[in-house]
Amino acid sequence: MAEIKPRISVEYAEKATIISFTDEKILEESDIKALQDSIMSVVEQTERINLILDFGNVRFLSSAVLGLLIRLSKRIYEHDGQLKLCNITPKIFEIFKITRLTKTFDIYKDVEGAVEDLS
Amino acid sequence: MVSKIPNNCSIVTKSRPLAIVKVCEQVLSDLEANGFSNDDIFAVHLALEEAFLNAVKHGNKMDPTKKVKIDYSVGLDKIEISMTDEGDGFEPASVADPRYGEGLYKPGGRGLLLMNSYMDMVKFNEKGNSLYMTRYKEKPRLTKSQDRTKV
Repeated sequence: MAEIKPRISVEYAEKATIISFTDEKILEESDIKALQDSIMSVVEQTERINLILDFGNVRFLSSAVLGLLIRLSKRIYEHDGQLKLCNITPKIFEIFKITRLTKTFDIYKDVEGAVEDLS
Repeated sequence: MVSKIPNNCSIVTKSRPLAIVKVCEQVLSDLEANGFSNDDIFAVHLALEEAFLNAVKHGNKMDPTKKVKIDYSVGLDKIEISMTDEGDGFEPASVADPRYGEGLYKPGGRGLLLMNSYMDMVKFNEKGNSLYMTRYKEKPRLTKSQDRTKV
């Protein structure tokens, strides 16, 4: 029987939808396309989504993932939703700092911090 | 301390994004064997991925009949990588800085910035279809004789 390997896990909490990446490395074009499709299908279910992306499992990503996050944020902000990122390891956070994406994304230490800051 | 001979290798791969997986496995395992730190390995991994995707997408324009050539050398204190695609090349100075203005909100254009940030040197040939990059080991191990001179 084929093994099912979901790329994300989704938790529908009271104030937000929390999506956790399950892969340690998000690199390949096919991975990123599949990820985008999976996340977009969740986002499109709710008109004004409060989405928290949990990077707790992620140890490596490339700039293609940053592109995915930007496309995702545009879709969410256009629909008056909120996007927050959390649980980012120091090495990955460095990538956000170098690219100055710390200026465009709201980044929190953990899910609780991100939830608390939802307006 | 036993000196290791620098590992020199040349690889020619198909111009497909997935082809970088095997290349990375080989290069990163050479780095590990030569005592490079996790930070070094992370940096080289990222730079290799970004350089290869640029070569496949922007250089070879996703043409699967084209190739990408990667030469690398892992020494005791540094890694040197060169990567050449079969495209028409580009002018690195013409790439907009993705950290400012509209670039900050564009999905692409960060690969070159990351390569420059994580490697100690990145330079292109005149045509712009071949790059050379190097990274020095973050904490090179001292030889025994040097160790003794430490106070």
